[in-house]
Amino acid sequence: MSAISEEGVPRRQLIYRHRLVVRITHWVNVLCIAVLLMSGMQIFNAHPALYLGQRSHFDHPVLAMSQAPDSDDNPVGITTILGHDFTTTGVLGVSRENGELVERGFPSWATLPSYQDLATGRRWHFFFAWLLVANGLVYLAWSLTTGHLRELVPSRDQLRHIGGSIWEHMRLRFPRGDEARHYNVLQKLAYFGIVVIVLPLLVLAGLTMSPGIDAAFPWLVELFGGRQTARTIHFICATLVTLFVVVHVVMVLVSGVFNNLRSMITGNYAIEPKEKPDAR
Amino acid sequence: MRAENGLDRRGFLTRTFALGTTLLLAGCDQLSGSESFRRLLFRAETLTRTAQRAILGPDVMAHEYTEADISPDFKANGSTDPQDEDYLALSANGFQDWKLKVGGLVERPMEWSLAELRALPSRTQITRHDCVEGWSCIGKWKGVPLKVLLDKVGLKPAARYIVFYCADTLDETLTGGAKYYESLGLADANHAQTILAYEMNDQTLTVPYGAPLRLRVERQLGYKMAKYVMRIEAVTDFADIDGGQGGFWEDRGYEWYAGI
Repeated sequence: MSAISEEGVPRRQLIYRHRLVVRITHWVNVLCIAVLLMSGMQIFNAHPALYLGQRSHFDHPVLAMSQAPDSDDNPVGITTILGHDFTTTGVLGVSRENGELVERGFPSWATLPSYQDLATGRRWHFFFAWLLVANGLVYLAWSLTTGHLRELVPSRDQLRHIGGSIWEHMRLRFPRGDEARHYNVLQKLAYFGIVVIVLPLLVLAGLTMSPGIDAAFPWLVELFGGRQTARTIHFICATLVTLFVVVHVVMVLVSGVFNNLRSMITGNYAIEPKEKPDAR
Repeated sequence: MRAENGLDRRGFLTRTFALGTTLLLAGCDQLSGSESFRRLLFRAETLTRTAQRAILGPDVMAHEYTEADISPDFKANGSTDPQDEDYLALSANGFQDWKLKVGGLVERPMEWSLAELRALPSRTQITRHDCVEGWSCIGKWKGVPLKVLLDKVGLKPAARYIVFYCADTLDETLTGGAKYYESLGLADANHAQTILAYEMNDQTLTVPYGAPLRLRVERQLGYKMAKYVMRIEAVTDFADIDGGQGGFWEDRGYEWYAGI
């Protein structure tokens, strides 16, 4: 299948990789997820602790960010996870705001707005939550009608060779030639996991925090095992999205940033020819 | 040669990214303060309210829990010890002289003492209190359904909202202090679980939780549930009350419809 030039040497080939709907919904998602993560941290900061169950067991948070003065009366940021304390001064619990160390869950540079303002954080959050859901529904409806979603499901053969794929990724060697025409197994698992599992779970857990939704659909809060568990799951899913974004951006940078960006803007993606064995 | 270009490009991209993020963050703070942008963001509230009203019929009840679920450490939030002189005088003799006044757009303005309220039909419910900050506590509340009072005074046809005036001045660092108040639409005001509670966990309501009388609106967030209620008024519109947004926290940017 690889294009062969007149001299018989494989050459670079441009293919149309991302269709318009994918490109548009991708960039709307970038905006939504950036705003939602940052305003979400603003909202979390209003009560920087997570619990399990229907109600808050204030003495037994699964995660908490707090501050305690040290022997010199300087504030120390403490993050407690499942009963274990970690000193996180400067980032979590205590961080600098306008040059001064203050008590706050997530630092100023990570929250929207940067200053403590729950009301405004909520306004940002819910506006972009609606946009994320609308965007997600457009994407899912389009994916289901065109069969795009199937492109995200790894084949049995791909899954069998997942070890090799992980090894290749760790060496920052990415598929070339025909293999590069489709998502590789790690891409498929990551995209499928985020699009079909994590994001819907994140939205549902978010809705479960609403007393109105809980009255209308009591099974939802039962399913999550309580409003506080739902809040914790919302937080865990948001953490997974953050990890996904970090890995995704790193992969975009190391696997040809120009080519990747072009493919998500114009749709065109260049495929490098497979290296000849003697070229190594 | 190629590698160097690659590094240059990477350095350029990193610097662009860092600059971009800084500008973006500053821009977001600017936007957060801009009146027209806030109005745009606030449009989402209409969408949320409409959607919740559509799925939440007037008779849909909030889940009620069992005695075993009750929080041993119910968090008292907002005002927990009002220092307003009128209130201190009332609390000094156990609210013997306190009377709930119900007026505004009603046929027969009325007043009730605590003993008179206790003599009216009551409802007891164990419900989950969801704070806008994110935490939840479960408590048992006993009180008179608001609907019982509204039926007695008789709402005039022009009445659209029920406003609750409270005794406490709540200090808020960013915007200064003001008397607490809240408002409900008629659908929520007439809901079976909307009660004016005088008992919490089988005890007379104490000061941190809103003595002598507090509102319970179980399908919305905690800030709707005004404590230290003194006076109730039926109105057509709340635009000319205080900040005009229908409540103390609403005047400070929070949603009037606190369903999420």
